[in-house]
Amino acid sequence: MHHRERTSRRHFIALAGGAAFAGTVQLRPAKATPAMLASAIRNVVGEAPVRVGKVKLDIPPLVENGNTVPMTVSVESPMTEQDHVKSIHVFNEKNPQPNIGNFYLGPWAGRAQVATRIRLADSQKVVAIAQLADGSFWSASADVVVTLAACTEEG
Amino acid sequence: MAAALISVPKQAKRGDIIEIKALTSHIMETGYRRTAAGDLVPRDIITSFACRYNGREIFRADLFPAIAANPFFSFFTVANESGKFEFEWIGDNGYSNTASAAITIL
Repeated sequence: MHHRERTSRRHFIALAGGAAFAGTVQLRPAKATPAMLASAIRNVVGEAPVRVGKVKLDIPPLVENGNTVPMTVSVESPMTEQDHVKSIHVFNEKNPQPNIGNFYLGPWAGRAQVATRIRLADSQKVVAIAQLADGSFWSASADVVVTLAACTEEG
Repeated sequence: MAAALISVPKQAKRGDIIEIKALTSHIMETGYRRTAAGDLVPRDIITSFACRYNGREIFRADLFPAIAANPFFSFFTVANESGKFEFEWIGDNGYSNTASAAITIL
């Protein structure tokens, strides 16, 4: 009985500590850390190796306004039934969330290229990963310097 | 219903690789911003975009708060038959928007 009480007290302290921690996180949204980036990538690729190459990530190296940054990802691929790009996944290092976008395509695309505009909350690394029809993953990364950050400023 | 801007070639030769561009007006509120009073502004983003060519899905995107306001996408497809491109955006708070464009194969 005595033992059980102590356990529940410890449990309570752990819970309270957790709540306090959650409170801090809410007050100041945590930025995606390189560890979060790595786990977001693992969620997509699983245990498969990610090789550098085939992917081209076009993004300006220096941007004034992080609220809208043009980005183009293209992949070297014949886009045939046997050999094509199935998906392209883009990640960042330091936004509040590590994901930017997932794009799904197929041999009917003819050209493996996707462009969009993204937000960057800080100067950081952007990573693009492509999954090919054979299941292999290829990547490219780029460092971007941002002078005016996006996302977390007062609205 | 928010305005959408679509760019699809009106005509193409069979087998041409054509570029498709789609933009829709949307705030893409990240859910990480605060008002001057310190209140968190709730997230309001488009979460999914898809394009179908004569009923077949040719492009799909999952969007996160890191996609800029007024989401813009450019992608490619092989023009192989006359018909219709249909675009669909789905998002938070029941957001839904559609657009379409026709193509003629010469």
